[in-house]
Amino acid sequence: MSTNTENMEELVGKDYEHGFVTDIDTDTVAPGLNEETIAFISKKKEEPKWLLEWRLKAYRHWLTMEDPTWAHLDIEHIDYQAISYYSAPKSKDDGPKSLDEVDPKLLETYEKLGIPLQEQKFLAGVAVDAVFDSVSVATTFKGKLADAGVIFCSFSEAVKEHPELVKKYLGSVVPAADNFFGALNSAVFTDGSFVYIPKGVRCPMELSTYFRINASNTGQFERTLIIADEKSHVSYLEGCTAPMRDENQLHAAVVELVALEDAEIKYSTVQNWYPGDENGVGGIYNFVTKRADCRGNNSKVSWTQVETGSAITWKYPSCILKGDNSVGEFYSVAVTNNYQQADTGTKMIHIGKNTSSTIISKGISARHAQQSYRGLVKISKSAENARNYTQCDSLLMGDQCGAHTFPYIEAKNSSATVEHEASTSKIGDDQLFYCMQRGIKEEDAVNMIVNGFCKEVFKELPMEFAVEAQKLLGITLEGAVG
Amino acid sequence: MLNIQNLHAKIGNKEILKGLNLSVNAGEVHAIMGPNGSGKSTLANVLAGRNGYDVTKGTVEYEGNNLLELAPEERAWAGVFLAFQYPVEIPGVNNVYLLKAAVNAVRKYRGEPELDAVEFLGLIKEKMKIVKMKEDLLNRSVNEGFSGGEKKRNEIFQMSVLEPKLAILDETDSGLDIDALKIVSEGVNSLRNEERSIILVTHYQRLLDYIKPDHVHVLSNGKIIKSGGPDLALELEEKGYDWIKEEAA
Repeated sequence: MSTNTENMEELVGKDYEHGFVTDIDTDTVAPGLNEETIAFISKKKEEPKWLLEWRLKAYRHWLTMEDPTWAHLDIEHIDYQAISYYSAPKSKDDGPKSLDEVDPKLLETYEKLGIPLQEQKFLAGVAVDAVFDSVSVATTFKGKLADAGVIFCSFSEAVKEHPELVKKYLGSVVPAADNFFGALNSAVFTDGSFVYIPKGVRCPMELSTYFRINASNTGQFERTLIIADEKSHVSYLEGCTAPMRDENQLHAAVVELVALEDAEIKYSTVQNWYPGDENGVGGIYNFVTKRADCRGNNSKVSWTQVETGSAITWKYPSCILKGDNSVGEFYSVAVTNNYQQADTGTKMIHIGKNTSSTIISKGISARHAQQSYRGLVKISKSAENARNYTQCDSLLMGDQCGAHTFPYIEAKNSSATVEHEASTSKIGDDQLFYCMQRGIKEEDAVNMIVNGFCKEVFKELPMEFAVEAQKLLGITLEGAVG
Repeated sequence: MLNIQNLHAKIGNKEILKGLNLSVNAGEVHAIMGPNGSGKSTLANVLAGRNGYDVTKGTVEYEGNNLLELAPEERAWAGVFLAFQYPVEIPGVNNVYLLKAAVNAVRKYRGEPELDAVEFLGLIKEKMKIVKMKEDLLNRSVNEGFSGGEKKRNEIFQMSVLEPKLAILDETDSGLDIDALKIVSEGVNSLRNEERSIILVTHYQRLLDYIKPDHVHVLSNGKIIKSGGPDLALELEEKGYDWIKEEAA
């Protein structure tokens, strides 16, 4: 069927839809990393002395560490001295008070992405803390959240307005010296989001942040801290897209979640960083440390992620189940296409009694992509009657790609129940032909089959996010079968 | 409706069809019989446009157009339906969802408005009775965990909903017990009308006890070597295929 092949070429050749660079003057520090750079960042952000000390301590520890090599990833050497560690839109100095004062170019950027803030404000009922090159420039819905006592702001703002909370919880889940990329982030993080849900409060809306990287050669180091106090509930959405460029960009974020007694945090991510072109040139390097601490009894944290972007993904959203009866969940769809590589999974550390965890991981690889699931389920001695269920499914498209599974289980308490199921399947020509014979176009058929494969994860996403995720999957995999 | 002239087709380097001629008029039911490896399923797959089958010579005209030029989905839109010998399982894809997408793809092609969920459910409710389709099969994943009989029944159910002009049933009788065979046959019979042509590809005569064909053809070594009426099938049942092969040789 020559017509099909032509169509596929066309679809495969489709440019990254969100690839463009907006021309905004940035206030960028010269490339290089040393104590002065860190002092510059800290000063620029008018931080208290303790935070500068904390950063420097992390930096000094980082100097003693080496790039991790255990992941199933082929990474070119990263020159950390060639990266610029600070970049902020200049308009920040004027301090926009409302959306009207926001740089129109910035709003235009969001519009190109199909996420106009104005529209979202009215239609989606989602409060958006928009991060543009490390500094938050627009925050909406503050009032409604303030009425509920919810704090939702940029990390920098939290440092100024709520230093006691930041000081108490920062680094309490991911210590500054935790891992190579975590330590780097602790030293140089520029901004991010901060959320505090007070006791007994159910956050009145889904919280959302859109991250963008826009200045060339600027590493992005986000820091997110979410604290759900006793008996509170919050659902947080994170989604991102990035413009096209040639150089590899480093992205090393840290996300810390703290759930106190009876609290629940639902953290959903749609990640769509620029993955590089079809020859594997360019693309974001994404090294993320995400960890949740289910500190209180009966607390619950649920990670849901849809990962379609980045040249390299290194990411293991984890849960430390400290409180008795606490629950950890990890639902993941990871898609790698062309020369993308992903080593992703989760860690569930059971410490409290009757703790339970669920892991559903769906990996999709197409063309030359390599993907690994890496998971650890650890049942500590103290974790009486702990339960875990793990399901890892891989879907291959074509015969050049690879799927690998590295599940680790450590059980130190004999009362534990740990289940692991894994499968690998290939998206079949038979399945495609079946759909096409029924009149469904090839791209729609691929969409349908892939979405069917991911159903268990998508149903965990908030409605509007699920729709976005399905679309994204379709765009990512168009023409990938053949 | 369908006119096949001197059709040659190969899989890889192996020539399977070697000059097949067949003409089917609207409203007719044709049975294609033949021993294993004679090219029956290849014919069905070539007509449906499956990848991996290369037509090297000959023509296939469907309603006056060149069928071979059309992509598989375009053939479906034009009313060609293949009931699969081995219906595939598609995990996570709801059976009804697939069918609704199929119906609306055809409607879109015809310039008709797409059916919404309520209209669609109204449509299939009637059709379910035709093959005594169990309701729970509708909401399961496509063919996943279906018994052999349920899969074949699902094929005929899809056929009844999609209302094709040309239906090709590839060994629909294989793997069916006698009760399932009856139900499937009744379903097919109820879909017979003056406009709809049906090609039954089968190895055994027993299907033809339930679906009476207008014409019977014997396919051997990539060619139709004998054609006749329903009696030919009975003769085959009695004598096997060898005598025709000898006759043809």
